[in-house]
Amino acid sequence: MKPFKILAFIVLVLAASLPLSGQARNLELPDTVMLDQLVHLYEGAEFDHEYHTEIVDDCTGCHHHSVGIPTTNGKCAKCHSSEDVLDNVACVDCHAVEPFSADYLSKKEADKDAYHQDIPGLKAAYHLNCLNCHIEAGGPEGCEDCHERTELGNAFYRSGSYAPKGDKPGSAH
Amino acid sequence: MEKITRRKFISVSLGGAAAGAFVLSGKAQGAGNFTGYPEGMGVLVDLTRCIGCRTCEAACNREQGLPEPALPFDDTSVFDQEFHGGQKRRTDENAFTVVNRYDQAEGGPVYRKIQCNHCNEPACLTSCFVNAYTKTKEGAVIYNSKVCVGCRMCMTACPFRIPAYAYSSATNPVIRKCIFCYDTRLKYGKPPACIDACPQGVLTFGHRKNLVKIAHERIRANSDLYVDYVYGEDEVGGTAWMYLSGVPFEEVDFDVTMQKKPILNNAQDFLSQVPMVLAIWPALFLGFHRLSTRGEEDGDENSNLSNREESQS
Ligand code: SF4
Ligand code: SF4
Ligand code: SF4
Repeated sequence: MKPFKILAFIVLVLAASLPLSGQARNLELPDTVMLDQLVHLYEGAEFDHEYHTEIVDDCTGCHHHSVGIPTTNGKCAKCHSSEDVLDNVACVDCHAVEPFSADYLSKKEADKDAYHQDIPGLKAAYHLNCLNCHIEAGGPEGCEDCHERTELGNAFYRSGSYAPKGDKPGSAH
Repeated sequence: MEKITRRKFISVSLGGAAAGAFVLSGKAQGAGNFTGYPEGMGVLVDLTRCIGCRTCEAACNREQGLPEPALPFDDTSVFDQEFHGGQKRRTDENAFTVVNRYDQAEGGPVYRKIQCNHCNEPACLTSCFVNAYTKTKEGAVIYNSKVCVGCRMCMTACPFRIPAYAYSSATNPVIRKCIFCYDTRLKYGKPPACIDACPQGVLTFGHRKNLVKIAHERIRANSDLYVDYVYGEDEVGGTAWMYLSGVPFEEVDFDVTMQKKPILNNAQDFLSQVPMVLAIWPALFLGFHRLSTRGEEDGDENSNLSNREESQS
């Protein structure tokens, strides 16, 4: 498997394992979720779900409208005001692992009724949601604060033991 | 008698060649009323999402088999580099894409990724006398380095200053630039390496015509986040790679005075006034071609080569 495929797969697995927030429904919540579907350049991220349910009042920030709590986002609420817990509560149920594959694009194109045409892929959804919130709320922002880089990752970034040995000053531009 | 070197020949010829820069090949003329391939792919680059991680640069380096960089791809000191009086980094023959940082008075920095924009009506293509460039139906602007004679017309013609010249190779001078990962990915329906690699969803890949809609919808739904403009929708006849920004485009070094008409149109107007150029071009071109192919024809017989040059001059 190609590295990015593996990464994507890991993210996928990780997403699939994301529990739904049961705050309003007294569902059983996992304490931690291993986000490792996309593992390739980085190890999986261990997501402390319990901690996040404590510091965040609103499950809909991550779970949108899917966990039985009507969304607080006025725009979304026009359609998504239901208090039902949906079948699709895992990130990966809506955020594709390979959002730009020919397959996915043509499926999207064929589905003329779909309102949401601009759904980030799984990897983008994780990073946009997690990182943006971390930046706003002062959480950790470094890549390796959440997931350690693998040796493959070091080779990819030409970093660590793979760092350029040359003493060329300045980089190409 | 003085030997005419390739470089010398080119510099001598360039005066005339510059005037003939837009002589049209058959293919390019055919592109006169061309508005891009309807099924062409594109990329929407959303600057508001970019965190400057340079993962796209690393991915491009690997996918395109480019040489080792001077600094690791996770080294953010490159953002402080300045060239030629404060210019930021540019793409070159060893880096088909680069990301630059623009510090803001308020809020975090804005990052901008640069690569070929894969114009609908590419000036590089129309300026190339030997038809080295092709606009594929998938939307990629690619080139055939076997045909390239190293005249560097495309470098001059490109409004985004993208094509770079591989000076390192004297025997096979070629223009080098981002090819939309055509050979390894695009033509198989796969997204380019940089797009696959980006963690932040900065790069959205899809049919260009859909991306235009998505871009405007993103602006409509988040009017507080974006400048109400899609850069590349119309610039120089439209580009396959288009941009959304949260800060005025000129503040992150986009040329906002770029004409909306394809560059090709200028060439046509220009050409109608300089028929002489057309007349002399074939001779100039022949010169380039002879020079570029003489290595292959002559092999390593340098003595023959210099004899011939002398007899020519
Ligand atoms: S950006 Fe420049 S090199 Fe790329 S297609 Fe357009 S004119 Fe050609
Ligand atoms: S599309 Fe391919 S060649 Fe172009 S910048 Fe991205 S990775 Fe590099
Ligand atoms: S990989 Fe994405 S987020 Fe990182 S620098 Fe490139 S475009 Fe920006």
